[in-house]
Amino acid sequence: MKDILEQLEARRSVARQGGGQRRIDAQHARGKLTARERIELLLDEGSFEEFDMFVAHRCTDFGMEQDRPSGDGVVTGWGTINGRMVYVFSQDFTVFGGSLSETHAQKICKIMDMAMTNGAPVIGLNDSGGARIQEGVASLAGYAEVFQRNIMASGVVPQISVIMGPCAGGAVYSPAMTDFIFMVKDTSYMFVTGPDVVKTVTNEIVTAEELGGASTHTKKSSVADGAFENDVEALAEIRRLFDFLPLNNREKAPTRPFFDDPARVEASLDTLVPDNPNQPYDMKELIQKVADEGDFFEIQKDYAANIICGFLRIEGQTVGVVANQPMVLAGCLDIDSSRKAARFVRFCDAFEIPILTLVDVPGFLPGTSQEYGGVIKHGAKLLFAYGEATVPKVTVITRKAYGGAYDVMASKHLRGDFNYAWPTAEIAVMGAKGAVEILYRSELADKEKIATRTKDYEDRFANPFVAAEKGFIDEVIMPHSTRRRVARAFASLRGKKLTNPWKKHDNIPL
Amino acid sequence: MFKKILIANRGEIACRVIKSARKMGIKTVAVYSDADRNALHVQMADEAVHIGPPPAAQSYIVIDKIMAAIRATGAEAVHPGYGFLSERMDFAAALEKEGVVFIGPPSPAIEAMGDKITSKKLAKEAGVSTVPGYMGLIADADEAVKISREIGYPVMIKASAGGGGKGMRIAWNDQEAAEGFQSSKNEAAASFGDDRIFIEKFVTQPRHIEIQVLADKHGNCVYLHERECSIQRRNQKVIEEAPSPFLDEATRKAMGEQACALAKAVGYTSAGTVEFIVDGNRNFYFLEMNTRLQVEHPVTELITGVDLVEQMIRVAAGEKLPFAQKDLKINGWAMESRLYAEDPYRNFLPSIGRLTRYRPPEEAATATGVVRNDTGVYEGGEISMYYDPMIAKLCTWGPDRLAAIEGMRLALDRFEVEGIGHNLPFCQAVMDHPRFVKGDITTAFIAEEYPEGFAGVELGEDRLKRIAAATAAMNRVAEIRRTRITGTLGNHERHVGDDWVVTLQGQDFPVLIAADRQGSTVTFKADGSSLRVTSDWLPGQPLARLQVDGAEIVLKVAKIPGGFRIRNRGADLKVHVRTPRQAELAKLMPQKLPPDTSKFLLCPMPGLIVKISVEEGQEVQEGQALATVEAMKMENILKAERKGVVRKINAAPGASLKVDDVIMEFE
Repeated sequence: MKDILEQLEARRSVARQGGGQRRIDAQHARGKLTARERIELLLDEGSFEEFDMFVAHRCTDFGMEQDRPSGDGVVTGWGTINGRMVYVFSQDFTVFGGSLSETHAQKICKIMDMAMTNGAPVIGLNDSGGARIQEGVASLAGYAEVFQRNIMASGVVPQISVIMGPCAGGAVYSPAMTDFIFMVKDTSYMFVTGPDVVKTVTNEIVTAEELGGASTHTKKSSVADGAFENDVEALAEIRRLFDFLPLNNREKAPTRPFFDDPARVEASLDTLVPDNPNQPYDMKELIQKVADEGDFFEIQKDYAANIICGFLRIEGQTVGVVANQPMVLAGCLDIDSSRKAARFVRFCDAFEIPILTLVDVPGFLPGTSQEYGGVIKHGAKLLFAYGEATVPKVTVITRKAYGGAYDVMASKHLRGDFNYAWPTAEIAVMGAKGAVEILYRSELADKEKIATRTKDYEDRFANPFVAAEKGFIDEVIMPHSTRRRVARAFASLRGKKLTNPWKKHDNIPL
Repeated sequence: MFKKILIANRGEIACRVIKSARKMGIKTVAVYSDADRNALHVQMADEAVHIGPPPAAQSYIVIDKIMAAIRATGAEAVHPGYGFLSERMDFAAALEKEGVVFIGPPSPAIEAMGDKITSKKLAKEAGVSTVPGYMGLIADADEAVKISREIGYPVMIKASAGGGGKGMRIAWNDQEAAEGFQSSKNEAAASFGDDRIFIEKFVTQPRHIEIQVLADKHGNCVYLHERECSIQRRNQKVIEEAPSPFLDEATRKAMGEQACALAKAVGYTSAGTVEFIVDGNRNFYFLEMNTRLQVEHPVTELITGVDLVEQMIRVAAGEKLPFAQKDLKINGWAMESRLYAEDPYRNFLPSIGRLTRYRPPEEAATATGVVRNDTGVYEGGEISMYYDPMIAKLCTWGPDRLAAIEGMRLALDRFEVEGIGHNLPFCQAVMDHPRFVKGDITTAFIAEEYPEGFAGVELGEDRLKRIAAATAAMNRVAEIRRTRITGTLGNHERHVGDDWVVTLQGQDFPVLIAADRQGSTVTFKADGSSLRVTSDWLPGQPLARLQVDGAEIVLKVAKIPGGFRIRNRGADLKVHVRTPRQAELAKLMPQKLPPDTSKFLLCPMPGLIVKISVEEGQEVQEGQALATVEAMKMENILKAERKGVVRKINAAPGASLKVDDVIMEFE
């Protein structure tokens, strides 16, 4: 009997060695941790329970039958993050470069199926050279099996991908369909075709880092939602993000004890909006001063910075925030910011996370590049996302809310629950200057007259009261009381129930 | 007594004057420029008058505008504060003409003390010890050399109208004297339109010690002892104290009596300051007399109990001084730190912008300690580019010097200022500097101790351990809160362990935490020593007040990815608290070097590009001017740090840049 028990331990210890000490050392030398080390950092200490530790591939071509390591290049299982359940897979670069075989894929599919059944999120730690070429189409089939599950899980359980090494070719499409992708700076890259193929086909010479490194995907392509300095930091921050998210779409977002007065007065917000309407200010200050403990987890910080998206807590409960950022492009909406915010709003709505919208928007960005790029359809995505969202929606207009962008930014007309405005708000079709140029075209030559007209227009419309008269603004609030007002609004909406008409699915302008 | 006075100033000093006036039941009138519409002094005053656009030259120092404000409000007297119109004889004269009282000295006294040569002559006549030197006009370089030899080297060559180090040279021999004379003369002509030059003995191991005097209109004059202001950075005072740790009773008395003699000689009334330079042998020499309230007057108030502003107002109203010299004793010790919006990590360049957080330490006065903060700003206010970048003057008092220093350390630890760069960490560094603590200072202290500028503070082992223990205890509270999230797996909750490794300032401290109801005992595994930590800190609070082994420690706490940012005593630390296994894995992470910026010219401060002095492809020499950035009304010339070729220019004149924006790239 004792021998048999020892045999299990022996087998386990071989499996835990993955590709062997030499390859583990090489992984460390690259500044990367091994698959199992990463899981240790991601999950609560001692909480990981592994599945399929002894799974081995079934390939017999190219001499593969000679080398059948236990686990087959991926570690899968479940554990907890601060006591809440999560399923996890972590690709093991030390075993066949983490390449995806049929059995490797089956292991991933198994935990994804369990996650769906039991209602817990899936976190994938990607570090794979790609398809297991020796297996041919079986490997491709494996990818597709994973893809199908990503699709089915979308909107059912949160899915997070962390790219911690290579992720190329077909492999990229699994993370691409998850809710969030994070990367590790300098040690991860993602692309559909690598630098060699790029060179052959297009003659472009580009490094892997330039083509698909963390900087590219967080700043240029928006494929990634964030990047971290190293594996340790990345996994610590994923734990932080996880605490904001619900386990599945049947549950409310989590709450945790909070140590911040919901009625906290922030006198400094009364001077946040500058006297000069053309002077920017940092909307993040408002976000931080409204949030519990100033804690804010930003999504896509380095992309389309004219809109800010991220999670915070109010009275301990997760809230998604979308805010125009006057510091960048005057906070206007454009193709990139509309897409970024639309996807974020849909994530929140899918997982019952209330949405706080902070508005200072001068309109949509004009220009040929925007129109040729299809700003009409991209802008419509954000409009659509807000309009279909049934979660609690609280909106605060701090300054400008002009034109169609006013409608888009969670206006009362899109089923906004609470629409507040600061006294500094200007809710109008457009700024006074533009409006006067259209309304009084014949008087344009007369500077004095135009100045009077502009002043008249400002006096009439550059305030929140015209909208308030019509009930489009529920109340004009003092900036310093924003946290209290917003907290009370969300508190009152905890029982909100709103359902959209039955449909197979909508047809959002993709 | 006056019913209403106007304060012809802004910022903290205007607020300071309003406080005393209010205490005396006098109504106050503030004046403000466009930039100060929402300023604290405007909110505090009973009335406020708008006097024009932001630049001081178009508002605060336009005499006509101040006069109009006086007429409009019916103010009977004017307090000028310091700077601006405080030492302008024509302002005092204009007030006199309209029968408005100037809360300051009579205009002839301002005039007499306003000129360096005249004031020195008068001082000498009044029996005040002056630096050996030649005060007449010097014809040429030869005469300058002759005079220098007579005085004996080293000598200082100075512009008569000078100030702020301009037109000033030190010469150690004949050649330097000849050259220094010529260049001082040129600079003086260019800077002040007045090329008169004088030469004096250069004092070694100099300390800046000044005497506060107060005189009424009835012939009474007293001195309120001294202030030492030797901690200066480029002639700007940073830290002041009273009394001086250097003076003995005899020297103090001699200096005080000479200061009063000078005040009497020029018919001085109101508060004034006689500045001396004191050498290593306690020889003191007259420097100049400031005919106004000094910035650093609070330290004198703290050791004498006299409200100088109140006395200035009473003297102006014709009252007699309520005390005689014998009544003025030195009680305890006072320190002042001037908090400036200057980034110490960027060579003290001005930093402007919004104060997103401004929480000074609570003011308090007990028998064992006083904390006083004179300020003109508030959270959500703006540090504008138009005026002096001073945020606040933080003062502490204690029964002795060490108590005042310790009080200052804690007060600085509690002082929260965010949104702009500021010199608080530097003030903290000085408070912990052994030379400063010993009182072994000269005006060259900063230049000698921080020759390469200020790069932050490295904490000693004892303090590091205290911070490590405190952070470990705080981290435990934060981790336990994390486990109390909803949706956990019942009966399988996360258990927060006792075994941690705290990493800070490149060192690992493995610790064991034993927590109980009152606090935590943190044991260091390396030597078995332990520290008891108690605190009411809760996660998210930016200021943590803890007792570590019975001693109070105040930490500024913020969250950074995977850890804490902790600021204390001028150190800015990244602190990680990890389990032993996490710490072991963290050790495997590569050390990433900050990106090499030597190939770039980065904008050192937010500002406007006024000029690009080079072209793409041009070869530049070390020290060559590359671009000019205007910030806080200052034109800052950015120079090449090394020889190179300009590859690309990214900014054009007129562009408004942020800190670290790339102005140009080099090959």
